Amino acid sequence: MSELHAYTLLVLVGFLPSEIWRVLGLVTARGIADESELFMWVRAVAIAVLAGVIAKIILFPPGTLASVPLVIRLCAIVGGFAAFVIVRRSVLAGVVAGEVVLTVGALAQGI
Amino acid sequence: MPPLPPTDSPKRLAIAVAFAGFRAAWRSVLAYVVIGTYVGIGALTHDFGFGLWWAVASTALVWAGPAQVILVSALGAGAAPVETALAVGVSSARLLPMVISLLPLIRRPKTPFRALILPAHLTAVTMWIEALRLLPQVPREARIPFANGVGLGFMSAAQVGTLVGYYLATSLPPLLTAGLLFLTPISFLISTTRNCRLVSDWLALVLGLVLGPLMAAWQIGLDLLWTGIVAGSLAYGIHRLREAFR
Repeated sequence: MSELHAYTLLVLVGFLPSEIWRVLGLVTARGIADESELFMWVRAVAIAVLAGVIAKIILFPPGTLASVPLVIRLCAIVGGFAAFVIVRRSVLAGVVAGEVVLTVGALAQGI
Repeated sequence: MPPLPPTDSPKRLAIAVAFAGFRAAWRSVLAYVVIGTYVGIGALTHDFGFGLWWAVASTALVWAGPAQVILVSALGAGAAPVETALAVGVSSARLLPMVISLLPLIRRPKTPFRALILPAHLTAVTMWIEALRLLPQVPREARIPFANGVGLGFMSAAQVGTLVGYYLATSLPPLLTAGLLFLTPISFLISTTRNCRLVSDWLALVLGLVLGPLMAAWQIGLDLLWTGIVAGSLAYGIHRLREAFR
């Protein structure tokens, strides 16, 4: 792949298909006031999409994460979440605890 | 956010506010999550034979982790550009409701359209989560530079990760890359939970977690967008009903 070709593909195949959603949002958001009913609905949609992304990564994981068994991935998510709740709603505590459970579980499985 | 320095120049004030946003991004756990995630993406970009500057440009222009993973692995494996563009577009559809739910928070009646282009481009999951959490404490006239600062803070973290991953590519053990890939779901779940205030927020989170994998397993096209619309509308509808009966 030549240098120029790689950058052309980056713009046409990577940048434009992502940016089109942002531009569409930019145009759509014009008539929406914050605290309006429509705004609350869109907020719920955005949260649900994100929740879908999270659940999909855990259940159908990409790359090397797929080599870690499902049970361990679920334990790590539950453990991380529990740590977040217990340690004064600390995001750091939750992330660290989740990663520790995942790593220890994977090591125990000999990965 | 710390008190703003007194100044009579609006331009200087905007820069000071943008710096406050930039620092807020780097104080967030999500900045380190972004670094970890992009170490993985930088390594992947290297492994598929793309150049370092291409990797940096990809992070600046695409600015969406999953889209970049698809772009690199599909193009690198020789997939057709049209197919790749479609897959990238589908994965980035989540940006639409995020931009729509961010802009009304930072806009004022007389804000020119062009002032919103940069915040819209900088919108990604991390920036959206932290902006939604922090913006209510920021005076409305300062929100655009603040949001830009947060976005640029996270993007700079992503570039650090891209560079590190690109150079370390060949020496990353599989257990480490698995841990890096796990950063996204665990940190997004916890940060989104922390941001939930309304009943509709909570319901949208729980329903989305359940419906997302179901939609994917049923192999419905655009499954994430449908998850959002169905779960989000249900959550909003239940919230409205509860309010009506109160």
